[in-house]
Amino acid sequence: MSQPMVRSELVCKNFGALRVLKGISLTVDRGEVMCLVGPSGSGKSTFLRCINHLEQVTAGRLWVDGELIGYHERGGKLHEMPAKDAARQRRDIGMVFQKFNLFPHLTALENITEAPIRVKKQKKAAAVDRARELLAQVGLSEKAKAYPAQLSGGQQQRVAIARALAMDPKLMLFDEPTSALDPELVGEVLDVMKELARGGMTMIVVTHEMGFAREVADSLVFMDGGVVVESGKPREVLSNPQHERTKSFLSKVL
Amino acid sequence: MAVSHSGTGSEAGTGPEPGTGPGVEPGSPAAPELIQAVPLRRPGRWIAATLVVILLFLFLYGAATNSAYDWSTYGRYLFDQRVSKAAGVTLSLTVLAMFFGIVLGVVLAVMRLSPNPVLKWVSFGWLWFFRGTPIYVQLVFWGLIVVIYKRIDLGIPFVHQFAHISTQNLLTVYWLAVLGLALNESAYMAEIVRAGLTSVDEGQDEAARALGMSWGQTMRRIVLPQAMRVIIPPTGNEVISMLKTTSLVIAVPLTTELYSRTRDLSVETFNPIPMLLVASTWYLFFTSVLMTGQFYLERYFARGASRKMSARQLQALADAQATGNQKGLI
Repeated sequence: MSQPMVRSELVCKNFGALRVLKGISLTVDRGEVMCLVGPSGSGKSTFLRCINHLEQVTAGRLWVDGELIGYHERGGKLHEMPAKDAARQRRDIGMVFQKFNLFPHLTALENITEAPIRVKKQKKAAAVDRARELLAQVGLSEKAKAYPAQLSGGQQQRVAIARALAMDPKLMLFDEPTSALDPELVGEVLDVMKELARGGMTMIVVTHEMGFAREVADSLVFMDGGVVVESGKPREVLSNPQHERTKSFLSKVL
Repeated sequence: MAVSHSGTGSEAGTGPEPGTGPGVEPGSPAAPELIQAVPLRRPGRWIAATLVVILLFLFLYGAATNSAYDWSTYGRYLFDQRVSKAAGVTLSLTVLAMFFGIVLGVVLAVMRLSPNPVLKWVSFGWLWFFRGTPIYVQLVFWGLIVVIYKRIDLGIPFVHQFAHISTQNLLTVYWLAVLGLALNESAYMAEIVRAGLTSVDEGQDEAARALGMSWGQTMRRIVLPQAMRVIIPPTGNEVISMLKTTSLVIAVPLTTELYSRTRDLSVETFNPIPMLLVASTWYLFFTSVLMTGQFYLERYFARGASRKMSARQLQALADAQATGNQKGLI
């Protein structure tokens, strides 16, 4: 019941000799919105990618909804997970990328229906109905037939969010969703995310938008050099940072 | 003159400042009239075009009157049944060789990109051999294959064989030619497909996997359709090149295709030139058909590749603008 949605215990990630994550421990409760902030290269995105196994954890353990990510534990030993099982785990975890990564050869509607039809084997008509609902939810009903290249950055990112939501995920990961956008387009994406948070979605958001963190997030985690430097209520961390590194980072972005 | 100073034109400057008003409406008193400038004269173009047309005419006149071309023989043999049948053989060789070449090429490309080092190196070795030796030599080799491998044994190697197939019965000269052309082609197709696959952004693969799609689904539904845009133009080249390479299968030796057959027929005509023209005409006809097919294929796989809108989409936006419905404008 009170099992957290995400539990990370001393998660480490090495790329060869390079140690990117050096023991990340944190929990995200159901319905919680957590913002991950920190300078570039601090490992925020890598950690996010570990949660849906786009990166394989080198040491430590990561659970989503009580299920160990990326490995099967049998007889006290970890076994590498077959691709099929990893795909099943990813199905329930939505991800939104900095560069949107919409499928350019498919229309906005087809982008959204692709995975429900192919992966969840939904009927096409049902998937299309749901996709239209989602497009309406992100305010793009009239763009169903547009190809990604014909949409603005903000519109593309909203379609990308709808695409992730179409799989009915229990957790949404946002990897700097507004960093590639023109300033005047950032708001429309953040509005969709706020709406989602109000609806009770569990979200982990890597972002530089401190205003969003302050207003929407339940918790804020500051990372630097592959470790969690400081975490807590966004207001407290932002207005009264305890560590020097947090202070110097915030003084630059606020 | 074309540019006149009408009353509406001079008033344009008194219109609203740019960006502050709703913009000038065409036909309203504030709108500047459309520019109708006198076109620039370009005498160089006319001179060059005239020269080329004259040269072209001289060439055609020469060709029509030169008895060496023997146009009456050309006309007699162009639709000769022996020729059209040979053209059919050429076409079927092309289609089959390309089909097997493409299938094998996709497999080789995927092997080359796989993390398995054995598959990677086998693919590379294949490429090295079939691309590194001339197609003519390979075709001669395939002709001799039935001498090198007299029979194929089915069973457990070194232990027990339960079936023997004579290669002479299995492989006719026609299929040896298909095999020779296809294996050679597979090496080139492998590189074309590999270039296509690597041209697709890594983020596409990640986005598909993040949605829970399998490797096969990601390949079929996301990566390959995008790679096709890069794969098709050089593959079109390969098809056309293959059509002409079939004239080399005499090395196997297969002599029922278009070029060999027209050469043989020139024994009847005592003049090889009109028969060469007959063969060329058929090759050109097939090439033209193939190019048309390529055009439509490219257009299909280009969907979504450009932010340029179709005439229909533009019209829809213009209509929306006209009705003052600005919603949905980009």
